[in-house]
Amino acid sequence: MGLPVPVEIYLNVAVSGLLTGLVYGLMALGLSVIFGVVRVVNFAHGEMMTVAMYLALILFQAFGLDPLIMLVPIAAVLFAFGYLLQIGLINPFINRPEHSQFMLLVAVALILVNIQLIVFGPDAQGLHTPYSFDSYQLGPLIMDASKIYAAGAALAVAATLFAFFRFTLIGKAIRACADNYDGALVVGLNVKRLYALTFGIGAACVGAAGAMLMIVIDVTPAIGPAYTLLAFVIVITGGLGSMPGALLGGVLIGMTEALGGLLFTPSAKSMFAFGLLVLVLLFRPQGILGRKAT
Amino acid sequence: MSRNSKRDSARRGTGITRRTFATGAAAAGFVAGTAPFNIVRAQSGPLKVGVLLPRSGVQAGIGQDCQRGVEVAAGILKGLGLPNLQIMNGDTESNVDVARARAERLIAEGAQLLVGAFDSGQTTSIAQVAEQRGIPFVINIAAAPPITEQGYKFVFRNFPTAPMILGDAFGNQKEVFALAGAAPKSVVFMHVNDTFGQAMQKGIGAVMPKFDMPYKILETIAYDPAARDLSVEVAKAKATGAEALLMVSRLNDAILITRELIKQRWTPMAVLSMGPGWYEDQYLKTLAKLSDGPLSFVPWYDPNKKNSKLLEAALAKAYPDINLNTNHIYTFEALQIAADAYKRAGSTDPKALADAIRTTNIKDNVSTGPGVQFDAKGQNDKLKNSAIQNRGGKLVAVAPKAASNAKPELPMKPYDKR
Repeated sequence: MGLPVPVEIYLNVAVSGLLTGLVYGLMALGLSVIFGVVRVVNFAHGEMMTVAMYLALILFQAFGLDPLIMLVPIAAVLFAFGYLLQIGLINPFINRPEHSQFMLLVAVALILVNIQLIVFGPDAQGLHTPYSFDSYQLGPLIMDASKIYAAGAALAVAATLFAFFRFTLIGKAIRACADNYDGALVVGLNVKRLYALTFGIGAACVGAAGAMLMIVIDVTPAIGPAYTLLAFVIVITGGLGSMPGALLGGVLIGMTEALGGLLFTPSAKSMFAFGLLVLVLLFRPQGILGRKAT
Repeated sequence: MSRNSKRDSARRGTGITRRTFATGAAAAGFVAGTAPFNIVRAQSGPLKVGVLLPRSGVQAGIGQDCQRGVEVAAGILKGLGLPNLQIMNGDTESNVDVARARAERLIAEGAQLLVGAFDSGQTTSIAQVAEQRGIPFVINIAAAPPITEQGYKFVFRNFPTAPMILGDAFGNQKEVFALAGAAPKSVVFMHVNDTFGQAMQKGIGAVMPKFDMPYKILETIAYDPAARDLSVEVAKAKATGAEALLMVSRLNDAILITRELIKQRWTPMAVLSMGPGWYEDQYLKTLAKLSDGPLSFVPWYDPNKKNSKLLEAALAKAYPDINLNTNHIYTFEALQIAADAYKRAGSTDPKALADAIRTTNIKDNVSTGPGVQFDAKGQNDKLKNSAIQNRGGKLVAVAPKAASNAKPELPMKPYDKR
């Protein structure tokens, strides 16, 4: 356990975990949206996020464009990618057994990782914005400026997404598909197109999260699978298919990793996240905000 | 053989008779019995050397840096009158199991000697393969002591073990503190949680008490080598109130830790590194003026040796923006050892090569120390380390004084005043 840790260090670490967790939450939100509607588990989620991170890196290196400013265009590119992926590749698999869908998306993930390795190489690459080394001090709290901006952007994107699903006709139609597939067909909704839109929206979420993460961490092709796993841990903890659950799961996992690392040993941070997952699966298998299967 | 059959044989064109067979056998016996003739035949081709490095994965940057040492070696070795080497590249993917599989594959493809592999875990698995297959393995960089404690006959290490690095590091630290007129009273020890980091952590416990250091270790923090965020680790280190950081790290984590030190507004009095990362070119380039200050206690080179100047010049020509460092030095020396042994063995026979390596006595090498010799365990126990400091994007040697070109600067300049 080592020396006693001052309270302000706990506060600092908790806030850092909260801010990181919000970005994690946005990334996992995309996975939750896709599964909640299309009922396909996106095993290429982390790899799609690294695509967005590399886009942010290229735009920064070539034109000096800040990833937070480029968040919307990058999300739009990922939206198009997700939309086309659903239309061209996933829709034919919708009525096939789950293991076929699983293998399809694992194949997409492997292809993305290997393309990234060929194009960008295996080295970690990062970018330095004018605020990369900045931090804000509030009493004893010292907060990383990049994480604050990224978390703020994550909250804004999540709020926009919630509003879209609640107040727009397309959002309501997508929710209708998720609630009652047959009913949606009966009332004349173009379910295949709505599925593609949903996959595009999920991909846009992960695209935005990737752009934000680029100002916090370095990117390598190898982090894709790790973030796919992290997204699964988050959505299962928060509740698969639940949008608020994904955000809550992200925050919980971010804070658990941070505080677990501080209290015990930092090299076992992930162990605490998985420990939380096991507890949730034991006592609330549907996830914290998930609905019980009927 | 009857007369008819002799005639048949001659008609078919084979023409082998008892007399020609006996003549041939005698000639074969003569050839087999005259070693010099064999040597000439054996040396006609280059030695096939399988170079195993982590060219991808988390250690890719360092593996590719080691490769630069391979690429500039050929010209220098030729100038030294050593035979040609045919390099066969292998990628361990920064993974122990892949390292083992690649070693097997290189041997199957004809590698007659192996060199590698930067990382102690990967090196350990390659050493097992080399010993099982009876192929000489010259380790370029790997510090875990057990590698040369197994009684292996085909494994040789021209790199200091963790206790050797630590012994020299503590000795050089005391010299640096004396030269600077300042010393920390407490440190927090942060180390990467892999084979190398754990070996160094155990070594510190065993070696440090012998040196009567001016500081105490307040806390030991191990962290994941593939970590993407080290904010918690740095916060925990800062919370100890230690005056300095004692580090055993790699490249990416050294950069991450520096970023966190700046963000968390903590400039330790000193960063004392006993591993790679803090002095590497990518660290200097990525952090620019924020990279100044850390002291690294590392296996280094003697700038006064002739081959050091040759290697420095060759590297500067091939890679003008890259400073000569440990990765190039020891990878080059591993190839020099291989070529030297091949020249003396006069054969690609693995046992002859291993015997030749065992009796190596190279004086015109590059690294600090008297040269390359191996003890009965296959370890070069004569190697010495240096203390170097980052200054203005360059590296200066600050200890031992006999091999230094600058005075140490301590305490470090605060990050927010650069």
